[in-house]
Amino acid sequence: MADSPRLSLHIPEPTRRPGEPPDFSAVRPPLAGGLDRPAVDVEASAIRDLAYGLIRVLDDDGKAVGAWDPHLEPETLRSGLRIMMTTRALDDRMVRAQRQGKITFYAKSAGEEAIAAGQALALRPDDMGFPTYRQQGLLIARGYPVAAMAHQVYSDRSDPMQGRQLPCLYSSRAHGFFTISGNLGTQFSQAVGWAMASALKGDDRIAAAWIGDGATAEADFYEALTFASIYRAPVILNIVNNQWAISSFQGLAGGEETTFAARAIGHGLPALRVDGNDFLAVYAVTAWAVERARSNLGATVIEHFTYRAEGHSTSDDPSRYRPAEEAKGWPLGDPILRLKTHLIALGEWSEEQHTALAAELDALVREAQRGAEAAGPLAQADPTVKAQAMFGDVYAETPWHLREQAKAMGEG
Amino acid sequence: MASMTMVQALNSAMDVMLGRDSDVLVFGEDVGYFGGVFRATEGLQKKYGVTRCFDTPIGEAGIVAVAVGMGAYGLRPVVEIQFADYIYPAYDQIVSEAARLRYRSAGDFIAPLTIRAPYGGGIFGGQTHSQSPEALFTHVAGLVTVIPSNPFDAKGLLISAIESDDPVIFLEPKRLYNGPFDGHHERPVTSWAGHPASEVPLEHYTVPLGSAAVARPGAAVTVLTYGSMVHVALAAALDSGIDAEIIDLRTLVPLDIGTITTSVEKTGRCVIVHEATRTSGFGAELSALVQEHCFYHLEAPIERVAGWDTPYPHAFEWDYFPGPARVAAALRRAMEA
Repeated sequence: MADSPRLSLHIPEPTRRPGEPPDFSAVRPPLAGGLDRPAVDVEASAIRDLAYGLIRVLDDDGKAVGAWDPHLEPETLRSGLRIMMTTRALDDRMVRAQRQGKITFYAKSAGEEAIAAGQALALRPDDMGFPTYRQQGLLIARGYPVAAMAHQVYSDRSDPMQGRQLPCLYSSRAHGFFTISGNLGTQFSQAVGWAMASALKGDDRIAAAWIGDGATAEADFYEALTFASIYRAPVILNIVNNQWAISSFQGLAGGEETTFAARAIGHGLPALRVDGNDFLAVYAVTAWAVERARSNLGATVIEHFTYRAEGHSTSDDPSRYRPAEEAKGWPLGDPILRLKTHLIALGEWSEEQHTALAAELDALVREAQRGAEAAGPLAQADPTVKAQAMFGDVYAETPWHLREQAKAMGEG
Repeated sequence: MASMTMVQALNSAMDVMLGRDSDVLVFGEDVGYFGGVFRATEGLQKKYGVTRCFDTPIGEAGIVAVAVGMGAYGLRPVVEIQFADYIYPAYDQIVSEAARLRYRSAGDFIAPLTIRAPYGGGIFGGQTHSQSPEALFTHVAGLVTVIPSNPFDAKGLLISAIESDDPVIFLEPKRLYNGPFDGHHERPVTSWAGHPASEVPLEHYTVPLGSAAVARPGAAVTVLTYGSMVHVALAAALDSGIDAEIIDLRTLVPLDIGTITTSVEKTGRCVIVHEATRTSGFGAELSALVQEHCFYHLEAPIERVAGWDTPYPHAFEWDYFPGPARVAAALRRAMEA
């Protein structure tokens, strides 16, 4: 007893706080193209190193290199760029609307656009997504109208969610986009259930789920991995490690001791860790996991190593807890800029085209915003419309006590 | 028609639904090969195969979550939580997810799942095998909460639950699984054999959700109860000689308010009985509703008989369990007021 040191507890803290220069010494991105691409039927135990590495395709000059280069057609690359730029244009426009007091809340995916865009294009359109609020690119990629997104964000009279959900918590069964929950992590294990159902029915559709680094601490995350592993469910389990969960750095979710991808190893699942700001690498690892799942080889865990370039939401101020220059200095760069550079290097894109596309998308989101503002707030709709929006869909058939309450609301 | 215990009736309901609808599937801890710790799923895996009835790992949140995902796919999962006491890890998936999918997606996604869980005391199960958590679910908008009290209702209600497009919490009074226990623990155990409600059709039938039953007609006082306590209330009426009208609620939400008000307006007196702890129990809601709907018909204060507000104590089963003596005393108080 006397020889034992006094116990002390480790409380993780980021290395830098506001007022200090950013510290990226722990990031150390490896050169692009350095890792092998195993066959999709490889044993999970044979590729454990990929859970600790970082798969990158785009090098610093914007060239695609190495075994993971998916060799995409320029048309696909331009589609990806358009999805990413649409996401950013909508995000910027909606945040401006929030700052003007027109909407209550918004969550951007700035810096993370390559993940939803690259994955949407690697998945089949009828594969089912169980997203968080930073995969709006998936909806955009699948052709969901930007105008409808604005209606949802505005909770206006044309809101497909009838004013019931916080902005950005979209849902569209027709676009394979599961209704987003504000409770983190719940969708991860639900996606496994959807994938199990698809397999039970002998279908050929697979599921994909997303979760943030912070929410990997939730029990749902581990249950998802357990169920996915034991039933070999056809699902892709994506961890978007954007370094920050509101003000908590990824070390507080366990990122100091090991990688998030490595969580898969104890479950016997294959894990890929990818540069999440590299559209080509994201596409490539997703295509690998898609092929594996669709070949009945089960689930893959993918850690997307990225950076949340802005606040958690409009209710957040990151300058209170992280260095102001951290976002700009992120060593893996900006995903849109990197894909643009690549397309230009290929001779398949130009500054003029880029400027024109940005202007086109700005007009598109402004038009969507005008549509939302023209529709008018649902909260000011006719009482009958409001009663239906508020009391409908609680149950398949509205029971007596809700009918009474709807009547009471109408009577004031 | 066959004579069935409640366990057999529940098994028959799942058997019928697995046979009728290829989208129905049954899973949970120990439910597959073994047939469940209470035997409710016995033989189903053998009959329908491992893809229709299978075992899961011990992860209640995961069990409910995959059921939610399967419901989103278009299946109709029936899951067993081995004891209602084990349901708490799944509470977020039930409350924030299953109960809210239809509303938050404006009908785009639904959660047509049935969550079966044995609940209640009388088996010396201690605090983790005896609880009655129904009020945790009746408080949640979007959930249907069902509690049968006999084999016939159990099968008909379970089929209705499985066919419902709403998520249903189906709580099974485990002390009634094999016989109509009336709280007289000092007497020999009775079986369902010979009980009128043990005559159960082999085929498909339903007992509608949201509909109460009059377990015993009477003129003196109304008893609102459900599950095991229906039988305890029947014993209390017999023991006390008070002509109680005993309403078996069967579904707590949505509640059959019409049957309740008709009875209380007739008797002018009301006793509410449940096993669950008293404070914020479902009896509080019932009491408030009776007061709101029947105030000018009431001739006595509403009485509540409930579990004490303590964890369920292992050694003091019969001091805790609201037996026929406590119910009879409440009936007498209601009559004397």
